[in-house]
Amino acid sequence: MVVVESQTPIQNQKPKVLLGWAAAWIVLIALLGLVAVKLYQVTLGPVSSGSAPDFTLTTFDGETIALGSQRGKVVVVNFWASWCNPCKDEAADLEAFWRQYKDRGVVMVGVDYVDTETEARAYLAQFDITYPNGPDLGTRISQAYRIKGVPETYIIDKNGNLVTNIIGPTTLADLAAIVEPLLK
Amino acid sequence: MIQKSEIRSQKSEAVIAALLVALAVALVFAAPVFAQNGEPTDDEVNAVAKQLYCPVCENTPLDVCPTQACAQWRATIKEKLIAGWSEQQIKDYFVQQYGERVLAQPSTRGLNVLVWVLPPIGFLIGAAALAYYLQQLRNPAPSVVAAPASAPPTDDDDDYEKRLEEELAKRR
Repeated sequence: MVVVESQTPIQNQKPKVLLGWAAAWIVLIALLGLVAVKLYQVTLGPVSSGSAPDFTLTTFDGETIALGSQRGKVVVVNFWASWCNPCKDEAADLEAFWRQYKDRGVVMVGVDYVDTETEARAYLAQFDITYPNGPDLGTRISQAYRIKGVPETYIIDKNGNLVTNIIGPTTLADLAAIVEPLLK
Repeated sequence: MIQKSEIRSQKSEAVIAALLVALAVALVFAAPVFAQNGEPTDDEVNAVAKQLYCPVCENTPLDVCPTQACAQWRATIKEKLIAGWSEQQIKDYFVQQYGERVLAQPSTRGLNVLVWVLPPIGFLIGAAALAYYLQQLRNPAPSVVAAPASAPPTDDDDDYEKRLEEELAKRR
């Protein structure tokens, strides 16, 4: 008996089918990779070291503040919201800190997170806050700093590097203890 | 004989009944008229709110979110509706303020298009793979076929056998 290979149409289609499967697997792996990257980003905590993510903030008064142009100064970035009760606990201390250090080479920026303008302005008036504050449009700044909530405060040295972050409400004494050595 | 007082009483009852009917009709149409006068109803606010999600309260639509942040957002929606903004204008405003992630239904811009395109593509690929698999089960394709024993030998077979014999002879 002679055995021969039969060249059926199905066999001719095999390379095409294999190509289709390969493409499907590549797409699937790419998607899983994308999901893995996103999950990894979620598990990362707030930015706590290295170069501080740059941002530009337009304040409620229309002033534009770029972090990159603050080199040579210590920058304190505070994330807050009018609906955030712990933020109210630190509001007076933040303003007191600002008044004490504003002439000593310290810049303070308030980033209003997921808030409504009417209530935000009322909050600033209620606590007599005079340092620059503005909305985090598109939540771009909070995403860059990977904040987990409000309030959070980030302290940046004269070279634009993050010194530390404070998760939760802070105090005048805590801020002074961190900032004082950076001014020397 | 009907007395004048009875006729008067019947008339006043009819007037009261007519007034009650008028009042009922007025109450039925009161809400829309009130809304048209400028103050949007909670339903109108929630119709927009349910299309938005507050980033602070994940997976909770804005219309049922109990936090203060969401209450403020709903108040903003109400303000915008009073100002005559359309639903789309309000949604665009929220996207500009808080980013695209506030939308319950992602837009079709940028990478978001994957959210719309991938599920149907995945479904189609899955359906095609299943159909192919079922087809293979029904009609298994023979990759190697035995030539029928009764088939007369062909010239090709002769050549093949001849070459085979030659090859074997060389190896002996």
